[in-house]
Amino acid sequence: MDWRAKEKTYESECNYMITIRYFAKLKEIVGKELERLPVESMTVAELIECTGNTYEGFIEHVKSCHVAINEEYAQHDDLIVAGDIVAFIPPVSGG
Amino acid sequence: MKRFEIVKGPIEPQKYADAVLHAGAGAVTVFTGHVREWTKGIRTLYLAYEAYESMAEKKLGQIGKEIEEKWSGTQVAIAHRIGELHISDIAVVIAVSSPHRKAAYEANEYAIERIKEMVPIWKKEIWESGEEWIGEQKKKPTKVSVTI
Repeated sequence: MDWRAKEKTYESECNYMITIRYFAKLKEIVGKELERLPVESMTVAELIECTGNTYEGFIEHVKSCHVAINEEYAQHDDLIVAGDIVAFIPPVSGG
Repeated sequence: MKRFEIVKGPIEPQKYADAVLHAGAGAVTVFTGHVREWTKGIRTLYLAYEAYESMAEKKLGQIGKEIEEKWSGTQVAIAHRIGELHISDIAVVIAVSSPHRKAAYEANEYAIERIKEMVPIWKKEIWESGEEWIGEQKKKPTKVSVTI
């Protein structure tokens, strides 16, 4: 596929992927703030395991994190489906 | 301005006080949280705040809703600043109006407690000798929108 075709399908591709966002300390560990996984569905627990195995140092920090699916806090057995935006939420410190 | 917002520039508290003021309000409390120089004997040079902006605004709005349900007749406006903040800068403003003062005081404190508990905003302290992301969630956030 040439780049033009790639560009065209980019938006629709996102519908077949899970978007993952990283913040604060986790963003530094992972070295990026966003990535896409070509996965149809997985549980929060599976995502944690998957990213934990991918990035060194991630697993120690993820234990204190929460996960949000489409901007709502989720539980470990909640299901993430393609098109969802998932975020790892480290302990918050606003105020 | 929005009633519940993440901003990147200096906060003007009066705007938020004005937003909640109406003829039925007998009290308006305005809380501003500022960047402190000394924390546990360590001198902060400046802070860097980061947010999951869309979710943070949504959660600030949720806090507003919780307050309006918990203390009837109240109105709320909240802004949190992100980016680089220096000593004494305003990081957060919470304005609450209510028919009587007691609810305005109580609800205002409730708002800052909830922000520190579950709004996705992070603070990095930068000192002369290094830097660190700060964070200690008090308890697990839940999907329940109102905790009374």
